[in-house]
Amino acid sequence: MTAAGPGPVIPNFGQGSACVTGNHFFCWGWVRQHWGDTLEPHLVQHVELTVIAVAIGFAIAFALALVSHRLRVLDQPIAITAGLIYTIPSVVAFEILIAYFGLSNTTVVIPLVGYSLVILYPNIVSGLRSAPPEVLEAARGMGLEPRQMLWRVEVPLALPSIIGGLRIAVVSTVAIATVASLVGDRGLGYPIFYALQLPTPFKTEIYSAGVLVVGLALGFDLVLVAARRILVRWAQ
Amino acid sequence: MSGAAQLVFDRVTKRYAGRDTAALLDLSLEIPAGTFCVLVGPSGGGKTTALKLVNRLLPFDEGDISIDGRSITQLPVVELRRGIGYVIQQVGLFPHMTVGENVETVPKLLGWDRARRRARTAELLELVGLEQEDAKRYPAQLSGGQRQRVGLARALAADPPLLLMDEPFGALDPITRHRLQLELRRLHHEVAKTVIFVTHDIDEAILMGDRIAILREGGVLAQYDTPDAILAHPADDFVERFIGEDRALRRLALRRLDEVPLDPAPPATDSLLRVSTRNTARNAVSLMLEAGADRVLVVDDGGRVLGILTLARTEELLEQ
Repeated sequence: MTAAGPGPVIPNFGQGSACVTGNHFFCWGWVRQHWGDTLEPHLVQHVELTVIAVAIGFAIAFALALVSHRLRVLDQPIAITAGLIYTIPSVVAFEILIAYFGLSNTTVVIPLVGYSLVILYPNIVSGLRSAPPEVLEAARGMGLEPRQMLWRVEVPLALPSIIGGLRIAVVSTVAIATVASLVGDRGLGYPIFYALQLPTPFKTEIYSAGVLVVGLALGFDLVLVAARRILVRWAQ
Repeated sequence: MSGAAQLVFDRVTKRYAGRDTAALLDLSLEIPAGTFCVLVGPSGGGKTTALKLVNRLLPFDEGDISIDGRSITQLPVVELRRGIGYVIQQVGLFPHMTVGENVETVPKLLGWDRARRRARTAELLELVGLEQEDAKRYPAQLSGGQRQRVGLARALAADPPLLLMDEPFGALDPITRHRLQLELRRLHHEVAKTVIFVTHDIDEAILMGDRIAILREGGVLAQYDTPDAILAHPADDFVERFIGEDRALRRLALRRLDEVPLDPAPPATDSLLRVSTRNTARNAVSLMLEAGADRVLVVDDGGRVLGILTLARTEELLEQ
């Protein structure tokens, strides 16, 4: 575990209020005091990791989905490969990648991208296939070229499925990124693991960071639900 | 593009891979510009296949198809399709586009500017009997009949000289279907397109067609003529069976009372049944049979007496 720094033990947190020294269930004072130096920076890192990982994962999954949408034979091999990636435990992946990329963002982002692929790829593929045959026939009959069919018909009709996949991918990436704190000081996992390894695990830090993880996942989800409302008006 | 186009099938044969019998065998058909031509026949007769050959959704194996004398194989396929209206039974509206956006599909592909597209859409919605506000609705919010109206508007959007319709009313309830059939007939008089209309329903064929091409199993053309000529002189046993035992009545149904010869009305007309000229000779005969009479009084919309139609006259009509 790389998260364990030479940190102070509990009574040194904050001003050592009675709540903190007594390690009560939850100390608001500590949260207020350490928002700026502990919680906020890690929250920002967590957002960055999630957004970067899902964005890259989406770009790759979308490209792969377009390829297998044209060449159906590739669908199974891609889906199986993505499935295999998902079976690699994240901790193992981090350890392997550290050998190549050290304690860098790259080391953290690569496994997160891999996991998001597994969720995004099948959703995009099934979305692209969800265009009803009569709609495609009408489109062809009206003289849409294959590229126009894709961007004007198939991709828009895939949006519900794509956004559905993104919602799951984002939430799971937020969760897995918590483990990313094992690679240096990154994300909301860091304060959690740090507080856990103290001789007496510090409850307030664990709970506040945990609540932020959950809140972040919900926040991302709300953004995507709003995006769906705007982009998919036709299905409402 | 506007007006109507002549469509010619010249000895066209189409076979599907892995099947012994042809889907369409040596079909020759000349459809004059502006004709409403119905392709009718049992399933396996190749009528839908014939339609899809025209806009090259399917390739043919032998022969040629030409529009206004030009082989359809000479044009780039998307250009060909943009010049042909296409309507199918399941309509195939784009669910993610509004009615207006659906109708504007081909004009947009052809690069029309926004103002021209809007104006055309407004015109088309009125033509097919939809409200202007419907332009902002999504297909999921429409009834089956409304959807097919949109499908028709979309097919007519770029004013194509040729319209292909594949059982467009097949999925509608009988009342909506009949209303749309009549409206399409009216519309055809207004816009004068060449229409190729596929159906398996001989009644629909007789009602809609200027000409009917009857295809039998194996994609062989059994008869190609006007509805009246087919009913009067079926080419063979197959056609006779296909059009049914009541072909005499069907023929009478083609004759509106304002276009049949009437006898002068007697001075006293009060005891006679009155029938409007908007009815057909078939309706008149039906009324006679019902009332046990041998004549009806034919009046126009204003109630003015035009003459009488007798059973004897209707028999003469059938002998023509």
